[in-house]
Amino acid sequence: MTLQAHIDPHWRDVGAVTDIPERGARRVATAQGDVAVFRTGDGQVFALVDRCPHKRGPLSQGIVHGHGVTCPLHSWVIDLATGQPTGADAGKGCAPVVPVLVRDGRVLLAQPVMAD
Amino acid sequence: MTKERLVVIGNGMAGCRAVEEVLKRDPARYDVTIFGAEPRVNYNRIMLSPVLAGEKTFDDIVINDEAWYRDNAITLHAGRAIKAVDIEGRKVIAEGGLEVGYDKLILATGSDPFRLPLPGSDLQGVVTFRDLDDVEAMVEASGKPNARAVVIGGGLLGLEAAYGLARRGMAATVVHLMDVLMERQLDESAGYLLREALAERGVETVLGAHSEEIVGRDGKVAGLKLKDGRVLPCDLLVMAVGIRPNAALAKAAGLQVNRGVIVDDAMRASDPAVFAVGECVEHRGNCYGLVAPIWDMCRVLAEALTDGEGAYAGSVLSTRLKVSGVDVFSAGKFAGGEGCEDIVFRDAARGVYKRVVIEGGKVAGAVLFGDAADGGWYFDLMRAGTDVAEIRETLIFGQAITEGLSGLDPSAAVAAMLDTQEICGCNGVCKGAITGAITTQGLTTLDDVRAVTKASASCGSCTPLVEQVIRLTLGDGFKAQAGPKPMCKCTHHPHGDVRKAIVEFELKSMPAVFQAMEWTTPDGCASCRPALNYYLLCAWPGEYVDDSQSRFINERVHANIQKDGTYSVVPRMWGGMTSPAELRAIADVADKYAIPAVKVTGGQRIDLLGVRKDDLPAVWADLNAAGMVSGHAYAKGLRTVKTCVGSDWCRFGTQDSTGLGIKLEKFMWGSWAPAKVKLAVSGCPRNCAESTCKDIGVICVDSGYEIHVGGAAGLHIQGTQLLTKVPTENEAIAVIAAVMQMYREGGWYLERIYKWMARVGLDTIRAATVDDLDSRATLYARFVVSQETAQIDPWAERATGGVAAGEFAPMATLPLEMAAK
Ligand SMILES: Cc1cc2nc3c(=O)[nH]c(=O)nc-3n(C[C@H](O)[C@H](O)[C@H](O)COP(=O)(O)OP(=O)(O)OC[C@H]3O[C@@H](n4cnc5c(N)ncnc54)[C@H](O)[C@@H]3O)c2cc1C
Ligand code: SF4
Ligand code: SF4
Ligand code: FES
Repeated sequence: MTLQAHIDPHWRDVGAVTDIPERGARRVATAQGDVAVFRTGDGQVFALVDRCPHKRGPLSQGIVHGHGVTCPLHSWVIDLATGQPTGADAGKGCAPVVPVLVRDGRVLLAQPVMAD
Repeated sequence: MTKERLVVIGNGMAGCRAVEEVLKRDPARYDVTIFGAEPRVNYNRIMLSPVLAGEKTFDDIVINDEAWYRDNAITLHAGRAIKAVDIEGRKVIAEGGLEVGYDKLILATGSDPFRLPLPGSDLQGVVTFRDLDDVEAMVEASGKPNARAVVIGGGLLGLEAAYGLARRGMAATVVHLMDVLMERQLDESAGYLLREALAERGVETVLGAHSEEIVGRDGKVAGLKLKDGRVLPCDLLVMAVGIRPNAALAKAAGLQVNRGVIVDDAMRASDPAVFAVGECVEHRGNCYGLVAPIWDMCRVLAEALTDGEGAYAGSVLSTRLKVSGVDVFSAGKFAGGEGCEDIVFRDAARGVYKRVVIEGGKVAGAVLFGDAADGGWYFDLMRAGTDVAEIRETLIFGQAITEGLSGLDPSAAVAAMLDTQEICGCNGVCKGAITGAITTQGLTTLDDVRAVTKASASCGSCTPLVEQVIRLTLGDGFKAQAGPKPMCKCTHHPHGDVRKAIVEFELKSMPAVFQAMEWTTPDGCASCRPALNYYLLCAWPGEYVDDSQSRFINERVHANIQKDGTYSVVPRMWGGMTSPAELRAIADVADKYAIPAVKVTGGQRIDLLGVRKDDLPAVWADLNAAGMVSGHAYAKGLRTVKTCVGSDWCRFGTQDSTGLGIKLEKFMWGSWAPAKVKLAVSGCPRNCAESTCKDIGVICVDSGYEIHVGGAAGLHIQGTQLLTKVPTENEAIAVIAAVMQMYREGGWYLERIYKWMARVGLDTIRAATVDDLDSRATLYARFVVSQETAQIDPWAERATGGVAAGEFAPMATLPLEMAAK
């Protein structure tokens, strides 16, 4: 069975899990701006819109630790699962979560939403 | 009345257990016939590992001997495989043509080990690890003198195989595709400890290794070749890369098969007279490779076969590794996940690492290394879905402590503890010893108690308990702790202790530090990771491999991130000198990449601002082509050496300040430090290069060179202090390098030189770098060694795509907007 046949039509293959450094992130460029795709130390994959809720810092450039990322601009710590800032900055906005799935070692992002 | 005929295919763990369960419920109902491909009675397959290791014999692991078959009137056809099943005719056809009819049939054919389709996989000496024949083949191979084994696969099976072979005297190497051993059961920290423990037991591990080819000689295996070109010589090659449900027979018979034989919740296959259990089964999309689920399945199956009730709902799994003296347990979401919270405990002295994952107030998983005694308890809490909010504080200490204190608030719990109950596990201090010391010796602080009793002096995880004891004993007399500040919330150790331990205990990797210093998080945080990365790099130059994911973005991409996510690029201009050719090249780069801003910096060089991340490698390539290298304007390390024009041009100049600045910069560039380091050299006391507000500054005078240290001109303004005056340029360079190295080795991460100096004292620095010539020389020598591996232009490495390929380009480009929740 080919890989494509596995994948339902709503998901977009953006590359292999191993394309993302462990405890790191990669950007996926979209027409609406970048999506940050993270791979944590325990091998899980998360995706957020690549925009810090504070001042739009690119979260894909931060340091990944546990299931959080520290924004490169002013060090807010964003929870990768929820996109919410944690600690003292909790409750101040969020980086939208992008649904992501790993199948057979490939990273799939939720399919683009067509404009109505 | 004639009995119903029950035929079982597979004389393994599931087949026989299913029969046992049926007999337990209704011993008279069936006439049982078992076919087994293996020519022997039913044995405990999981104990093949200790048999291989020579810790058990085959007789020890037999589950049902011949008497059992006889006493229960079971017909066993051992060594006779079933070739076909006739579903219509309700009969099975064995090798040699024997046909046996059934009323009910159980498929328990287990699974087959997966063989990688590598060239050479059919060579003699390539084996799998599944049954007694495999074990015998391995034992035989281990008998040859100096025999070597390679095991492909660092999962449970592969590691047990390698351990067994090592016990039999073979040099055993495990080759694993992933970076963590048993990555489906262990996180990185536990995987690291396991690797160390195996090494102590003679098992080498090669991680992140792709196998390419099995090389042979005269039809026999001679080695394993990896993709990176390495060849690991061996006389035995064990493939332990996974299993595949053995469902071919069922498929040929026309039963529904996917990965395994598809069964419903009563373990019934797609024909009403046929059932399946064990590893050959696929239930609700899951196939299992452990025995615990098999026991559950067998109970349900037996109910169905004796008109009882029961439904199999799938199993939650836990794993234990069977390597003597290495306690490893894993269950559930051991690595956390969305909305999970970790409780981590490390005890370096005992080599213990525990991580319990909590989700929604319940235990969601656990990984234990070194002390897995509470594995069963965590697993029970997890399966029962017990709310653990009440016992969260003590959960990680295990069942005995937790249940001893249950239902009490922490202070009442401590109050209720007996004087003989242990508080500090590391040092074996019980409550009575602490209260006794407090009252008899008049102790009032945690530090006092630590010093006198050693309670909480090692791993520190019992600190809250010890504080409770002091508070209870003293009431208001208790003084809360000040003490040195821990590095970050992942540890209670301050920077100094950690730096010392890295050198003293020869800790050479981050997991090694986490374990030895008992970090309370699985992989550190954004504050300690960059610090540790630096400390390790400084302590083990040329040996420790820099972890770019532990670097702040600017150091990871060798450019400075700006508020809009673009970067600024600053090429080095040695001593602030440039040339028309360099300026032209910079101008060309600015034009070619439409760089929006070009600015002169305070460090006497040029900043290209607003470069897109994707363009960085190309920008660097162009600058490299014109002879320029990274200015490290982003680095916790040497930044600029600012100079004045000195005796070359200035009428006041006493020495060649520009020349000395260039020499210093060429010698010292590339070195990492706890924080940024800026230098300056002025040609006379008029100090046009502002030497006296730099980290290290030189002021030239007629008779030589004054060396000043500890200036700052940032958030904090501070003039330097005079360290010494030396007569020659060479001596100036030697002293400056020695100061730099002393700071590199002793400074705390993010601590600028002026702060370091305030902490250790100017006199100490002077003694080590000026007065004591031996000390100066060794510091200098260590700096030189470290520079050997530090002076590689990071831009050139990246411009050519050799390093961090993938860092700069997006992973993918999608045309439309992504769905965001
Ligand atoms: C070395 C080793 C260590 C392990 N350690 C652990 C452990 O620590 N913990 C754990 O939970 N699990 C462990 N396992 C896994 C565990 O042994 C299996 O999950 C379990 O044995 C599966 O039982 P089964 O009856 O489905 O398959 P098996 O026990 O493999 O039995 C299947 C039997 O069917 C026979 N057969 C197959 N086809 C036919 C045919 N056509 N006709 C007749 N007979 C046939 C086979 O010869 C075999 O004897 C280990 C496995 C191995 C190999
Ligand atoms: S510091 Fe002295 S030598 Fe240098 S430029 Fe100024 S006046 Fe001239
Ligand atoms: S002074 Fe402040 S605003 Fe200006 S460059 Fe430095 S940090 Fe940025
Ligand atoms: S933009 Fe992320 S912390 Fe400021």
